[in-house]
Amino acid sequence: MLVRHNRTCPQEGGTVRPVNAVITKIVRETPTIITLRTDIELDATPGQFVMVWIRGLDEIPMAVSHPGSITVQRVGKATEALSRLDVGDSVGIRGPFGNGFEVKGEGEGKGNKIMIIAGGVGGAPLLPLAQQARSRGLDITTLIGARTADELLFEKHFSKYGALSIATDDGSKGYHGFITGAMDQFNLAGFDQFYICGPELMMKSVLDILQAAGLEAMAQLSLHRYFKCGIGVCGACTIDPSGLRVCRDGPVLSGDLLIKSELGKYHRDATGKKITF
Amino acid sequence: MPSIDLSIQLTGLELENPTILAAGILGTTGASLKRIAGEGAGAVVTKSIGSEPKEGHPNPTMLKLDCGFLNAMGLPNPSFKDFREELTIASEGGVPVIVSVFGAYPDEFAEIITGLEGASAYELNVSCPHASGYGTVVGTDPVLVEEITRAAKQTTDAPVWVKLTPNVTDIVGIGEAASRGGADAVVAINTVRAMAIDIHSGYPILGNLYGGLSGPAVRPVAVKCIYDLYEALDIPVIGVGGIGSWQDAVEMMMAGASAIQVGSAVYDNVNIFSEITNGLSAYLEANDYCWYDITGLAHRKVGL
Repeated sequence: MLVRHNRTCPQEGGTVRPVNAVITKIVRETPTIITLRTDIELDATPGQFVMVWIRGLDEIPMAVSHPGSITVQRVGKATEALSRLDVGDSVGIRGPFGNGFEVKGEGEGKGNKIMIIAGGVGGAPLLPLAQQARSRGLDITTLIGARTADELLFEKHFSKYGALSIATDDGSKGYHGFITGAMDQFNLAGFDQFYICGPELMMKSVLDILQAAGLEAMAQLSLHRYFKCGIGVCGACTIDPSGLRVCRDGPVLSGDLLIKSELGKYHRDATGKKITF
Repeated sequence: MPSIDLSIQLTGLELENPTILAAGILGTTGASLKRIAGEGAGAVVTKSIGSEPKEGHPNPTMLKLDCGFLNAMGLPNPSFKDFREELTIASEGGVPVIVSVFGAYPDEFAEIITGLEGASAYELNVSCPHASGYGTVVGTDPVLVEEITRAAKQTTDAPVWVKLTPNVTDIVGIGEAASRGGADAVVAINTVRAMAIDIHSGYPILGNLYGGLSGPAVRPVAVKCIYDLYEALDIPVIGVGGIGSWQDAVEMMMAGASAIQVGSAVYDNVNIFSEITNGLSAYLEANDYCWYDITGLAHRKVGL
């Protein structure tokens, strides 16, 4: 069983070895995305991640989407292998790691209106955030985007927690175009905090819009980088120019920090070489 | 700020304090190295750099165990050609930047050092325990260690440190080989070969199956290695292996270390360098010691 971690030092008392997590249920969310529910308690702060070990193959970071669950999109060898697992199969899990989102506001007065912006599988770490915000009585507006209507993730879930706006690249549902276009209909200055996760160029575009409105400091973005150790020691996932570790100081970083960073410009591959977006 | 001066001269380098970031830790980018300089490290060592880009071993690459850390990163690096820019950025940190270099033969070390000229010093990694063809394979052969060290010394005027593996019968013999090759200092120890197996499945956990142990578990091993090297060598010994507090640093010094490196302990706190420096400063002041008094003190006590 995994133990509760506090925000400032999430690894303290963390598991020392991968915990054996048996898959108890598989939910087909979209044609490319599944949720794997497991038998372990994963009491994570929204936005924290776990390192999922597919024995004999690889270990990859995955967002915790529900207690004890991860939500996976098939994008490579490791996620493909995860997608082929059956109920009763098991994986090794270390974590939860990283900082997670900070839910501000108490449901009264200033600070209670939040916007959640989720692109594709980026909805995975944002769903528990929406749940937590809702339980605190915050006023939630969610924007979800995907290539096509079939690929919209957690549409029903998010609609339970507040207003929902949809954008699809092909126009098969909601706004026809990128999620940034769907932001136009809102008075952004009326929101107190923005929670964002999705493909990096989408996050960069969203952050640029927020910056233009002077709101970048009120944004929390969950970043994706190549992780090796996952616990803040090796340095593979550090970002420029701050040198912050995405796996430990993040994965959630503030918009005012990221606006002056490598976000949307480049990331690094397994060798540490820069790869431009 | 430390109340007394902790600055040291180490192989011709001026360090504001004797704490150094160890190789392979938070050293992938210039920005990360700069950040650690800002956290109070007296010098920083880069990730080990080779002649060609290398992805390293598959994950899992690192585990936290109850007694320390087990890793098999597999020397991931973008090659010296793509690391030049990072070195330039790291140098903006205001502390000496030591480039860790790995290779299979003397000319390869020389090529990388030439390609990354301008570093404050070079640390030859002849001790990584889990990368085939490199590291320990090289570092357990005294003849090769001597040749590699000599080749490095002939390539650069900067100080050359040689990082030693404890995975040998006699670390002193390898230290002496480095010294004969002209090393300005030896660094001891690299990780201790180790393994962890998942009892739920029987799989070795690391992607590379085995790796190297660091952290508190290896500190007593390091203390003994440093004690022996100090006894035998005329060049400085830089102590590394499980240091996580100023007390650990003092022990390493008393065994014979002229300076110390910190690796895995950044897990608990990246500000560990300032913490150790502050503790050392208070300790030295309380005991009316200076830094040089305690290096090798254990040997002098035994000799009395």
